[in-house]
Amino acid sequence: MIRLRDITRVYATGETAVHALSGVSLDIGRGEFVAIRGQSGSGKSTLMNIIGLLDRPSSGEYALGGRDVARLSEDARARLRGGAFGFVFQSYNLLPRMTALEQVELPLIYQGTPDRRRRAAEALVRVGLHDRIAHRPTELSGGEQQRVAIARSLVVDPLVLLADEPTGALDTATGRDLMTLLTGLVEQQGLTVVLVTHEAEVAAYARRAVRMRDGRVVKDSDAPVAAGSAR
Amino acid sequence: MSALDAFRTALRAIVANRLRSALTSLGLVIGVSSVIVLIAVGQGTQRGVTDRIRGLGTDLVFVEPSAEATTSQTGSLAGLAQSTLVQSDATAIAVNGIPGVAAVAAQVAVDAQAVAGPENVGVGIVATSSAYAEVRDLEIRSGSFLTAVHDEDRALVAVLGARVSETLYPGLDPVGQEVRLSFVGGRITLAFTVVGVLEEQGGASEANDQVFIPLSGVANRLRVLFTPTGDLRVTQIDIQTESGADEERVKEDVGNLLLFLHDTPEPDFVIQSQDDLISAATEVSNTLSILLGSIAGISLLVGGIGVMNIMLVSVTERTREIGIRRAVGATAGDIVKQFVTEALTLSLFGGVVGIALGIGGSLALDGRELGGQAMTTLIQPQSIAAAFLVAAVVGFASGSYPAYRATTLDPIAALRNE
Ligand SMILES: Nc1ncnc2c1ncn2[C@@H]1O[C@H](COP(=O)(O)OP(=O)(O)OP(=O)(O)O)[C@@H](O)[C@H]1O
Ligand SMILES: [Mg+2]
Repeated sequence: MIRLRDITRVYATGETAVHALSGVSLDIGRGEFVAIRGQSGSGKSTLMNIIGLLDRPSSGEYALGGRDVARLSEDARARLRGGAFGFVFQSYNLLPRMTALEQVELPLIYQGTPDRRRRAAEALVRVGLHDRIAHRPTELSGGEQQRVAIARSLVVDPLVLLADEPTGALDTATGRDLMTLLTGLVEQQGLTVVLVTHEAEVAAYARRAVRMRDGRVVKDSDAPVAAGSAR
Repeated sequence: MSALDAFRTALRAIVANRLRSALTSLGLVIGVSSVIVLIAVGQGTQRGVTDRIRGLGTDLVFVEPSAEATTSQTGSLAGLAQSTLVQSDATAIAVNGIPGVAAVAAQVAVDAQAVAGPENVGVGIVATSSAYAEVRDLEIRSGSFLTAVHDEDRALVAVLGARVSETLYPGLDPVGQEVRLSFVGGRITLAFTVVGVLEEQGGASEANDQVFIPLSGVANRLRVLFTPTGDLRVTQIDIQTESGADEERVKEDVGNLLLFLHDTPEPDFVIQSQDDLISAATEVSNTLSILLGSIAGISLLVGGIGVMNIMLVSVTERTREIGIRRAVGATAGDIVKQFVTEALTLSLFGGVVGIALGIGGSLALDGRELGGQAMTTLIQPQSIAAAFLVAAVVGFASGSYPAYRATTLDPIAALRNE
């Protein structure tokens, strides 16, 4: 479903150019649960942003469901991003002052979906927050806030959920609960999840492990296609 | 993002920052309301002045000494001594058969102090003839106006304006009573018998504060009125034209007659109709309106800059929010829509409150005394429309630039922003 070929991302910072990604090729199929690990600065977040259409590769090819998305217009990328991807960040990234329900409704507003309230409430039920619907971020625990973020990314029925260190700010027990939730979504509802983490224990929930170093994929536990073309 | 959703989002942001939103709108509230109030005051003043000129009578043409001829103020005897007009001019105009002339009255206007018993009040003296009531359409409440007999007998009689009577003889009918008038700072004081009281004239009319006496009667006591040739100096000649008469023709004929009588090639007098006075006054008050309007316009502009300033701050503060919205699918256009709608909502809110305050303020000021004069305000629908339009434009403009700035933000950097 996701097909990346020789993706590079170069940041021009002053005199020197930073090669955040220097030729990543990766295929991710529907229903996969992938964990990406690697040292700090190895390009994990950069890769996630490119997959999620928040960022554009400097070169390389990106096909999503057979469609070339590397050269889409800014607006088309925004619409596709909102409908095909759900982001979960380490720092939750909820809007202050909004209730959980309003947070989850947000992507639907931009997609122009009808019946928003009901769908948002359903998504909150799916992450086990049916009794926190009217709570604002300051009235929720870290784990609960992260569940709201997951509900927000689930509400549009995304192709892929992209989670960049989702347990990074949570204690071990809460992190486990969250991983159990994600695993359940993959196994019972066929969700595709790409997860970035530093923790081996968290990565162990995934069925496939990708390791990155210096902007390259250096190890892929299950790469029938990527194995051939990867350097 | 639908317009309704954009509006809801804007409203939520505005309500979330209630105090700031209120302060932002305040600039526009003040700007819009002051535009409406100041223009209403300007237009009301204009209406007041034109009403007062209309209140002088109907179809009037005034002859006065030209400005070069009188260096001193009207109302003083020194000014009177320099007047180029004489009573025989008025007689000539009346008897010369100029077509369109209905009635003529010459007058001397001087200031005086009127005293009756313990009461005393500053009044304008109009020393004139019995024709004056007809020329100026004056109505009598009690007694009579000056008569031809009074003119003939050089009588020392007086007709009081309504307010003068009310001040000197509160609640009484003064006909038959004695009133003393003192001129030239009290150096000449004469006793007059009251023969009549005027009906209260329309609010703006000066006749309410005047006292009318026969010019023939006072002339003997005020020698300064006589010219070396034994004529009487006057300060003004009022001509009532027949209704429907060509006032321009009357002005020209009267002018030619006076040029001949005064034996000068250049006029030493000015002839103006009521319409001339009204258009001169309108010109002055239009200038005043424009001036007031521009001052108010500047405050509206400052209000607009306030909105823009707050919106810029708001974009900077909400960088992370913008990043989050982009991440969940907002296009750059959606972000623009959100911020423009927010600025527009704030501005239109300020505009509506400003209009309400402006109308309320104008109504509250209407009829209030200001510097001893009753103020009139006339609310202009155009100024309301213009103020509202400016508020809308200000809202749009002050939302657009910050919104554009918001779209130049890199969503990833915006998300990282703490
Ligand atoms: N906007 C940017 N401008 C310049 N360099 C950048 C920018 N964003 C990332 N980089 C660089 O790109 C490289 C990869 O960054 P990235 O955030 O993808 O790393 P990461 O693997 O997610 O690290 P971490 O585990 O610490 O989150 C780093 O060397 C970083 O300094
Ligand atoms: Mg990272």
